[in-house]
Amino acid sequence: MKPVIQVENLGKRYRIGLAPQKYRTLSENISQAISKPFRRAGAIIRRSAGQDVLQPGEEYIWALQEVNFEVQNGQVLGIIGRNGAGKSTLLKVLSRITEPTTGSVTIRGRVGSLLEVGTGFHPELTGRENIFLNGAILGMRNVEIERKFDEIVAFSEVEQFIDTPVKRYSSGMYLRLAFAVAAHLEPEILVVDEVLAVGDADFQKKCLGKMGDVAQQGRTVLFVSHNMSAVLRLTQESIVMEKGRLVMRASSPEAVDYYLSAGNAKAGERIWETGEVPVDAAPFRPVALRLLDKAGKVVDTVRSTEPFAIEMEYDLASTLTGLRIGIYLSTARGEYVLTSFDTDDEKHFEKHGSRPAGHYVSSCVLPADFLNGGRYTLGVNASSYRVRRYFMDEQALTFNVDTSGAPGMQWTEPRPGVLRPRLEWKIESK
Amino acid sequence: MTKAETAKPEPKTVIIRPSKGWTALNLRDLWVYRELVYFMTWRDLKVRYKQTALGVSWAVIQPFMNMVVFSIFFGGLAQIPTDNGIPYPIFSFVALLPWTLFANALNNASRSLVGNQNMITKIYFPKLVLPLSSVLSGLVDFLIAFVVLIGIVLYYNLTGQAHITVTAALWTIFPFLLMAIMTALGIALWLSALYVQYRDVGYILPFLSDILKFISPVVYSTTMIPAKWQMIYALNPMAGVIDGFRWAILGTPTGPDMRLIISAIIALVILVSGVIYFRRMERTFADTI
Repeated sequence: MKPVIQVENLGKRYRIGLAPQKYRTLSENISQAISKPFRRAGAIIRRSAGQDVLQPGEEYIWALQEVNFEVQNGQVLGIIGRNGAGKSTLLKVLSRITEPTTGSVTIRGRVGSLLEVGTGFHPELTGRENIFLNGAILGMRNVEIERKFDEIVAFSEVEQFIDTPVKRYSSGMYLRLAFAVAAHLEPEILVVDEVLAVGDADFQKKCLGKMGDVAQQGRTVLFVSHNMSAVLRLTQESIVMEKGRLVMRASSPEAVDYYLSAGNAKAGERIWETGEVPVDAAPFRPVALRLLDKAGKVVDTVRSTEPFAIEMEYDLASTLTGLRIGIYLSTARGEYVLTSFDTDDEKHFEKHGSRPAGHYVSSCVLPADFLNGGRYTLGVNASSYRVRRYFMDEQALTFNVDTSGAPGMQWTEPRPGVLRPRLEWKIESK
Repeated sequence: MTKAETAKPEPKTVIIRPSKGWTALNLRDLWVYRELVYFMTWRDLKVRYKQTALGVSWAVIQPFMNMVVFSIFFGGLAQIPTDNGIPYPIFSFVALLPWTLFANALNNASRSLVGNQNMITKIYFPKLVLPLSSVLSGLVDFLIAFVVLIGIVLYYNLTGQAHITVTAALWTIFPFLLMAIMTALGIALWLSALYVQYRDVGYILPFLSDILKFISPVVYSTTMIPAKWQMIYALNPMAGVIDGFRWAILGTPTGPDMRLIISAIIALVILVSGVIYFRRMERTFADTI
């Protein structure tokens, strides 16, 4: 039997604009402004004629390069990789949203893609109306939607409000309805991107269940997720993407392991270039903020079951008194988890009351079994208490915490809360 | 298992690869997605007058107020003559019907791609659906305004201010309507595709619409144009449409002749070139929008 999806030498190139040069004189600006429309017009004409023209200051970036793989009928394939690794671009090419630059994809069957739930939902329309509209947008026939209507409504748990405009829905209801429509799509090939990250814990469980059903019905599924537990549960095999290339295809446990351990040096590290540091930060100059796993490697995903280190590297051009380097840890949604300073400890506070000019690294270790799974943001700050704040970057880097092996992973439901400690439970019968 | 599923034919094979040069128009794809055209049109209609106090009356108020203002300034103060002594309000309202349809269709369709960005970047469908459904939803407004026209004509006839008789030529408003839609869609296909990349189009639209209004015989009669310019004037398809409407409904001497053929050919050229350009740019929409 022929594979249902056959990807050959696939490549996708994007044109990206570079940031404009910072210091330009007024006369340069004016002459630019005058000549720009002409150069633009020239480029429009050439582009329309099929030529790919780079404007000054533009660059190419390969979001996908030399990707080859096949998917057999009925297979559920996971696609994992860091942000920007090309996963979403791959799904967009497979669902025909964007065209590849090189190579080809042969698809045998109807593709349904869920890159987002609720696309085309209109806030002014009622739940009922949006079901029909969204179904049509996802490629369902009118009769098909009518046949499944009751099932969709039941799944979404919004029966009472089905004739209310969706703008009056809570965000949870909105997402449930949106997912319900999408979940009842019945294509031969289903392409899913992270849509499980919606709704409350119960609903997520229901969504995962629905995805499992789809897989069991013998349909082909491509599943992209940052949620490794979901990947492990739903797929037997996965591919790992890195910088637009397919670097591994293996059984899902093996692929997940590779993904979590193979550190990509760029992610998990924030390096400040000379031009990026505000002039008024002097004499303080940040060099880099890093996230290190227990082996000392720079990582952007840490396991919740292992300790990890945060390391701030910086230069001082002259002696500073009372300097403290602080880290702010918050969730991706912006709730603070903790704040900590390198001179919190009284010993350090006394010993480093005054720091002479030089190169420094302040680091700390966050314990194992501490953070819950999810995405976190790390901010950094350098100040002398009540004297001056030298430097501050509230979102210096973001990282993921993966909960594989964490306490309670026998249940796949996501746990509310920021912490995931391993508590000493006692169960006694009295 | 339902019958439809057991009878399912061998799945269709799609090959995705970079398209080269001028691609086939692939209008069959549009046919497959015809239900989406229907649903998007329906959505536009449902949503258009939601949370407005006057609701669907806006379909009437727009051309009606235009007519009142035109009648005061152009018909009254400027004393612009009409054909056959037809009262100015009727004369302008008959032109405003296809004009309002055209102007709204042009505006809505040109903005349809950028206005539905999330659909374009998240779902595959023939993008032609968006401008097409924007144009179609304007037809309902046209129908409502047409009923008002009947009322106005009856009023003028009954009060003896005009003697407008319905002739067999009335049916020709359908081909004229089609011509207005073709022109609006054609220009909108060009502009909507350009709008994806250049937001400048958003600023061009209002004044393009104004310019077109004044080079079309909305507030005046085509018979005011000197004979030697008539053929050039006819290059604007909306001139042919409005002349046709006046001729079909009011019996003005602007009936079909050589000028209409020119207008029709231009309308067709705009539409066909628009479709070709649109299909050509379509593959980059998701990346550049």
